[in-house]
Amino acid sequence: MANVTMTVNGKSVSKPAEGRTLLVEFLRDGAGLTGTHVGCDTSQCGACVVHVDGKAVKSCTMLAAQADGAQVTTIEGLASGGELHPMQAAFREHHGLQCGFCTPGMIMAAVDMVNRLGAPLDEAAIRAELEGNICRCTGYHNIVKAIAAASETMAGMKTAAE
Amino acid sequence: MYETNYHRATSVDDAAAKLGAAEDAKVLSGGQTLLPTMKQRLAAPSDVIDVTHIADMKGITESGGGIRIGAATTHAEVAGSEIVKRMLPGLAALAGHIGDPHVRHMGTIGGSLANNDPAADYPSAALALGATIHTNARQISAEDFFTGMFETALDESEIVTAVEFPKASACAYAKYPNPASRYAMAGVFVARTDGGVRVAVTGAGQNGVFRHAGLEDALAQSFSADAVAGVTTDPDQLLADIHGSAEYRANLVTVMAKRAVAACA
Ligand SMILES: Cc1cc2nc3c(=O)[nH]c(=O)nc-3n(C[C@H](O)[C@H](O)[C@H](O)COP(=O)(O)OP(=O)(O)OC[C@H]3O[C@@H](n4cnc5c(N)ncnc54)[C@H](O)[C@@H]3O)c2cc1C
Ligand code: FES
Ligand code: FES
Repeated sequence: MANVTMTVNGKSVSKPAEGRTLLVEFLRDGAGLTGTHVGCDTSQCGACVVHVDGKAVKSCTMLAAQADGAQVTTIEGLASGGELHPMQAAFREHHGLQCGFCTPGMIMAAVDMVNRLGAPLDEAAIRAELEGNICRCTGYHNIVKAIAAASETMAGMKTAAE
Repeated sequence: MYETNYHRATSVDDAAAKLGAAEDAKVLSGGQTLLPTMKQRLAAPSDVIDVTHIADMKGITESGGGIRIGAATTHAEVAGSEIVKRMLPGLAALAGHIGDPHVRHMGTIGGSLANNDPAADYPSAALALGATIHTNARQISAEDFFTGMFETALDESEIVTAVEFPKASACAYAKYPNPASRYAMAGVFVARTDGGVRVAVTGAGQNGVFRHAGLEDALAQSFSADAVAGVTTDPDQLLADIHGSAEYRANLVTVMAKRAVAACA
């Protein structure tokens, strides 16, 4: 088995992996980061979304070997110094989750959305961008509210930093 | 998924050599079709050859008045490209509505064309715009490239390296996405080209993407949504499945054609 090496949440992780090992398996079983979920077998639900080199991808539809040498961010890598990322805080504040199974993928997709499109994000844009993330609990309304609110906070932080 | 051997190719020649050397190898581009198929055990290649790190197969450039898109260029890159948005806005919009953002970050134009899913979006643009598909061995016109459902003119170990689109004075795509999968139930690409108005339909045909003579003739006479409103499509040639009957798709083709023509204006 060849070794696969990638930077996960800023730390180098190197593990032997089969050719068929999926990135999500590498993260969960290899790196012990079980925040990234698997909700389907058909590449449709988005529970497994992580960022690879800054882009949201479905980690169930990528081989670990494809991510060899890449920078990967998972849900565990968002909070810093015990403080929730604004997107995580907004999901809590606006009740953007019920069972929480879809939440890691939702949040990673939402952060990617704001990074790409900027803020503020309107409801139609958020709903269109959530095409690849399925939630069986919430009916999406509070997820959309949380993302809209977080997009404003993130824009404010960016302005403050400039 | 059955075990497979992953290889990362560094050049087109390297990819061709690796494809030839293995027992039953397949090209791996974005993996957004191949990996789900392997997970279902509907495909079990002994080896997969990753072509997405080959510089020659990536990127978007203006060439000879048209656009050259490397086969390993992602849907998101096509959708966001200033060149594509300026010269072929219908193509950029099409790419921006494939699947979802995560699929668009990985999936590539070469993979989509090589796969020739009867409900895929890109084949309609390639056919309507009269694209040329470049491989490591030859150049194939879109007309000759798509040979049937999931069938192309590609040989076993031939690699699509780029796609060249000639310019069009206007073009637009309208699709009616399946509400669950987002693949096209019917998608119509309309292009006003040097060779006249060309219309290609995806999602609906029993043999995959096809040019629609009835719509082309009507638009050649009068380029307006009204001109296509009365054009019908023979349901005998169309797909029927749990998502919709052939008659339903025939109606969708007319409606999507009207929308695409309106969007060209
Ligand atoms: C949830 C979901 C939704 C989707 N929705 C849509 C949609 O709405 N519309 C749409 O059109 N598509 C859709 N797709 C498919 C997506 O666009 C794929 O990216 C595309 O069909 C295949 O491209 P790929 O780069 O991922 O190819 P891969 O999956 O890597 O390869 C597909 C096939 O093509 C071959 N191949 C790949 N590259 C080459 C090459 N350069 N030369 C020769 N052969 C090659 C492979 O060997 C394989 O057989 C969806 C996919 C998913 C998972
Ligand atoms: S687990 Fe990846 S899309 Fe469902
Ligand atoms: S909160 Fe349960 S699936 Fe989304």
